[in-house]
Amino acid sequence: MTETQNLTLVQAVRDGLHTELREDDDVVVMGQDVGKNGGVFRATEGLFDEFGGDRVIDTPLAESGIVGTAVGMAAMGMRPVPEIQFSGFMYPGFDQIVSHMARFRTRSRGQFTLPMTLRAPYGGGIRAPEHHSESKEAFYAHEAGLKVVVPSTPYEAKGLLAASIRDPDPVVFLEPKLIYRAFREEVPDEPYTVPIGEAATRREGDDVAVFTYGAMTRPTLEAAETLGQEGIECEVVDLRTVSPLDREAIVEAFEKTGRAVVVHEAPKTGGLGGEITAILQEEALLHQEAPIGRVAGFDVPYPLYALEDYYLPSAARIEEGILEAVEF
Amino acid sequence: MTVFDRAYDDTVRVLDEDGEVVGDVPDLDDESLVDMYRHMRVARHFDGRAVSLQRQGRMGTYPPLCGQEGAQIGSAYALDDDDWMVPSYREHGAALVHGLPLKQTLLYWMGHGDGNNAPPGVNVFPVAVPIASQVPHATGAAWASKLRGENDAFICYFGDGATSEGDFHEGVNFAGVFDTPTVFFCNNNQWAISVPRERQTRSATLAQKAEAYGIDGVQVDGMDPLAVYSVTTAALEKARDPDTDRPRPTLIEAVQYRFGAHTTADDPTVYRDDDEVERWKAKDPIDRLESYLRDEGILDDERVAEVESAVESRVADAIDEAESMARPDLRELFEHAYAELPPELERQYEELAALRDDRGDAAFLED
Repeated sequence: MTETQNLTLVQAVRDGLHTELREDDDVVVMGQDVGKNGGVFRATEGLFDEFGGDRVIDTPLAESGIVGTAVGMAAMGMRPVPEIQFSGFMYPGFDQIVSHMARFRTRSRGQFTLPMTLRAPYGGGIRAPEHHSESKEAFYAHEAGLKVVVPSTPYEAKGLLAASIRDPDPVVFLEPKLIYRAFREEVPDEPYTVPIGEAATRREGDDVAVFTYGAMTRPTLEAAETLGQEGIECEVVDLRTVSPLDREAIVEAFEKTGRAVVVHEAPKTGGLGGEITAILQEEALLHQEAPIGRVAGFDVPYPLYALEDYYLPSAARIEEGILEAVEF
Repeated sequence: MTVFDRAYDDTVRVLDEDGEVVGDVPDLDDESLVDMYRHMRVARHFDGRAVSLQRQGRMGTYPPLCGQEGAQIGSAYALDDDDWMVPSYREHGAALVHGLPLKQTLLYWMGHGDGNNAPPGVNVFPVAVPIASQVPHATGAAWASKLRGENDAFICYFGDGATSEGDFHEGVNFAGVFDTPTVFFCNNNQWAISVPRERQTRSATLAQKAEAYGIDGVQVDGMDPLAVYSVTTAALEKARDPDTDRPRPTLIEAVQYRFGAHTTADDPTVYRDDDEVERWKAKDPIDRLESYLRDEGILDDERVAEVESAVESRVADAIDEAESMARPDLRELFEHAYAELPPELERQYEELAALRDDRGDAAFLED
């Protein structure tokens, strides 16, 4: 029988790193404070003691240096897992991400590939200072050559992380820190993977398809339960990967219901909601019975925390968004 | 005393501007010296032909190397086959010495992605266009080699302008911290497009920037191929030796001059004087080595003429080869973005391929 532990999402990430470090000598974890300190969110706790400073590496404070040296390591066949402490600090490394991490395979016609996984805690809702709550997954999803994963449960966080580290291509792995410790789930000790690029249906329903991912999965399910009591049945699809999108699952859920709402905490303009809407327009227009709704963050810089609860889609805002689609 | 114990502005030289010996001549046999000379002549001739091809519309924008042959060939000649080269976009001569066929360089600048795909066993990274962005790659790649207990050395090329970029500092700093087997080779050619070396930094030399990272820094006359060879050899040996007492990384500043434009899209007469160019042309690295080899009785008129005709036919053959390459298959556009073609990319490819089949290439292609 498989042994399991009851873990939070951040503990599952740690367990995933632990498992992959154990399974493959080419895996190294690197970044600021990931070593002795065990990471500011404890995502690398204890790994330094077990694997040593050559596998779990405290680097200088330099995001471009962290991503850029990981690019060089990965080009030589290692599987570096660089951590950026908060996704709001990825921008100093952005040039390395889009100019090199995403393009090395193409630029070298497949001679080099970068099996690297760039991790960062991301998203809002934890009363953090400025630049600690951004939700910019669309930047990375827009960049061909990258895969972009956003887990929403501990079990899947471990399995998706393992799949990312083993993937021959570079992955941006965004961890919704609002749910780092929000709940627990049984997570097997043994290695396993959850496939990148496949969505998961969290709730079945015939009235409206609601697409979401990451931390927004929980308020979306909450809204769906509330509406369920009023006889409105939502099909809730957790994308799990925002690039590549699971077009088939998205189209299928929409064809079943004829109505759709997308929920994400990223700003509305240019967000994944627009992309999902476009996919449905391209592939399932004749099934459409109502305008496709978007419940999203606003097109403003992420606010200081006194206002962040208004910024983030709440169950109430999500309910309203779903009702608009259903009552059209 | 090693070359690393000198003052940063105490430039290493072997040959003076007339090819007279003023330093320690490296231990190279006659054939190697002629080989080095031949490579410099190939690089110079190639460069002239490449600029001409661009002018004729047979090649895209091209960054000339003319004037920098001493630094490129001298440094690359010091590499072992197993060592890795991480170039910027101007190291056609260095890459040639390290085994990259001229055809590849031509293909890249003719817009074929395959130009960046070095043949198996040729340890050359793809051309890096964003300035200094390859510096952390070289550190990371060398770091990987060290972590795996291999003893390869890595040489990373960049220009004087790159030393102003954050990536230069981050990459060299990491190399210092993790003691990676990396040689940072700065081709200080005096001009970052139109902005002079003096506008990049208030530092008296670029070599002294090594001090800030606790690694060795040395300045060498970049138009003196033998001095460059000596310094690079010493830096590579130190990089490969895990038991060295000194830091394994080195920053080499090779002082030289770009005779021509930054790229074929640039007009240097706008920002620099002819007098300056002429002053530097008097230091031509090829003339300097040739003069030394003639004095030593290693080269004579006959041998020079032989080299000349071999060089011309070699470059002409490479151009023929590159120009005879067919346009890459349409699928190549999609093929290498991911290890496995995602369904959406497959769909996008099929859509484009169907349209091309329907309308023909003429509907797409300008020429």
